[in-house]
Amino acid sequence: MIGQGQVVKVGIADMNTVKAPDTIRTSGLGSCVGVVLYDERSQIAGLVHVMLPDSSLGRTETINIAKFADTGIPAMIEQLKLEGVQPFRLRAKIAGGAQMFQFTSGKDTMRIGPRNVEAVKEYLKKFSIPIVAEDTGGSSGRTIEFNPMTKLLNIRTVNQGVKDI
Amino acid sequence: MYKKNITSIHLDVLKEIGNIGAAHAATALSTLLNKKIEMTVPKVEMVSFDDMMDLAGGAENVVAGIYLRIDGDVTGSMFFVLPVEQANHFIQSLVQDSTVDFQNGEVSELGASAMQELGNILSGSYLSALSDFTSLRIYPSVPALSVDMVGAIVSFGLVEVSHISDYVIVIDTAITEENTTNGGSVKGHFFLLPDPDSFEAIFTALGLQ
Repeated sequence: MIGQGQVVKVGIADMNTVKAPDTIRTSGLGSCVGVVLYDERSQIAGLVHVMLPDSSLGRTETINIAKFADTGIPAMIEQLKLEGVQPFRLRAKIAGGAQMFQFTSGKDTMRIGPRNVEAVKEYLKKFSIPIVAEDTGGSSGRTIEFNPMTKLLNIRTVNQGVKDI
Repeated sequence: MYKKNITSIHLDVLKEIGNIGAAHAATALSTLLNKKIEMTVPKVEMVSFDDMMDLAGGAENVVAGIYLRIDGDVTGSMFFVLPVEQANHFIQSLVQDSTVDFQNGEVSELGASAMQELGNILSGSYLSALSDFTSLRIYPSVPALSVDMVGAIVSFGLVEVSHISDYVIVIDTAITEENTTNGGSVKGHFFLLPDPDSFEAIFTALGLQ
């Protein structure tokens, strides 16, 4: 039966893992990208809410590793390993990276959504994690919830309805 | 660094800035709609990104949001967010068309344009008051409109700050309308999010550094 467990919530620039029957969820993804890594066989999954593509963009001494694609993805892999997941069995589903506002200005910040998606894909490729499904780009905010039992990622939007990928 | 050097005096100065800006914006809105609009004394807080979403009613709260990028001596992001019903109410009375509806994501061109103009006028009066008070040059961009989850909208304004910090200083002014059925509850928010590098300019202009 789906929906018996708790919902683990992941905030902005945050990450966490989940075991069935619990599900894991992050709300209001705009230009950020939600990266779900899950084990094909066991019912364990992790979710990272990536806000920026690359930690070299950060200008602080201490960085929040979940904030960046290049640090968040490896950190999540490590955490899942600790929970007994074999890295080669990891699969990914990603969503987000929208461009919420249309501007003519060519400033890089305005393209942050597509840049986040590119970076996430680059790092997943680097760690040889296949992307099984994605719902990225566009101009809609998304709330996503992953169920490690069914391996389905539920995506809810305001204007484009609800779907499972 | 961003977090440590800001004292309560600094926050009070920012509050005053928010107060002056919002008072002008409230007057502009009252005149435009011929309704009595009240603004609360602004809250100035240093909050985590998640708390920022809570200030706006929770990440999934659906709003009509106007976003402006600010350039000049001070850079940053500004948002004017209204619950969808309130945006409908304001714009319907502004364009005299009761069919304007932001809910379904297919608002008429006139409705969207009126909403952008409303955002333009309000943020223009907010920012010009701020500019006069500080003698800083502040140039707002053309406003952009999005009707969506507030988390998706506001997080866009956090991108610049997030390079430096996991916290943001937000100058939050709530607006309320008098004499409405639900008794002047909070109708919308102005969020001014100066980029971290801009605080020095603001504080120097006001003689604090």
